[in-house]
Amino acid sequence: MKVRVLVRPKAGILDPQGEAVRSALPALGFGGVKTVHVGRLIELELESADEVDAMCRRLLSNPTIEEYEWEVVA
Amino acid sequence: MGGRRVRIGVTVFPGSNCDRDALYGVERMGAEPVELWHADPDLKGVDAVIVPGGFSYGDYLRPGAIARFTKVMGSLEEFAKEGGPILGVCNGFQVLTEAHLLPGALLRNTHMRFVCDRVSVRVETTGTPWTAALAPGEELTLPVAHNEGNYFADPETLARLEDEGRVVLRYLENPNGSANDIAGVCNEGRNVVGVMPHPERVSDPALGSDEGLRILRSVLVGAGV
Repeated sequence: MKVRVLVRPKAGILDPQGEAVRSALPALGFGGVKTVHVGRLIELELESADEVDAMCRRLLSNPTIEEYEWEVVA
Repeated sequence: MGGRRVRIGVTVFPGSNCDRDALYGVERMGAEPVELWHADPDLKGVDAVIVPGGFSYGDYLRPGAIARFTKVMGSLEEFAKEGGPILGVCNGFQVLTEAHLLPGALLRNTHMRFVCDRVSVRVETTGTPWTAALAPGEELTLPVAHNEGNYFADPETLARLEDEGRVVLRYLENPNGSANDIAGVCNEGRNVVGVMPHPERVSDPALGSDEGLRILRSVLVGAGV
């Protein structure tokens, strides 16, 4: 099966990467973007999704600064 | 210790690039440098360990995230629990936070630029093995070179660090957006210290300064080794 994990900075944590992208958009003529947050998409191909949550907590995300969600996509 | 030369280990991960500087710094401080390869759990009876800077595992996923699961780090967690003195420098600091040997995390610099400079830091506590030979409030000039040096911890953790005197070094001018101008912290047991500045890069007057030796040499006093 395939699992898609989305990792992103926790709400309220400074996201300089998102901020840099946000400030670059107007330079290309894209207006009206209030906030941008940059995260990370991780795709796993595995036999069972039983341990995905543990993988997210122990390695794929750092719970001190990031939150995650995951879903089975195929 | 009957004249035995103190042995100080330096961990080496794929992508470490300050390991040689750290080994040289250990030599300069008068101790015996011992290389600790990431795939070998044997700490070789060292008295203290330095986790050096660099880009372990290419900073893949997050700085320090992969290095944290190596065999040598498993042994280092035990060493930390037993009170062994550990100093994490730059990427080493990131590795120690990922391993939960130190609280908080190092985020990307707020200005989104790599910072490579010399900065002034103040010694905030001498109650760690790596600052024991310094004077409280003393100022040191040390090099920094990092992209993720912006120290973050939740407000409760930050308050605890301040109350318990666990901020070890503080920037006089904040180069990266770090919370409370924090340049280094220690764990609850005070034996594990992480700093963003590089004491090992200023361990010889030929490199411009040997001020960093004052931190490295502290461990000879501070750990009673």
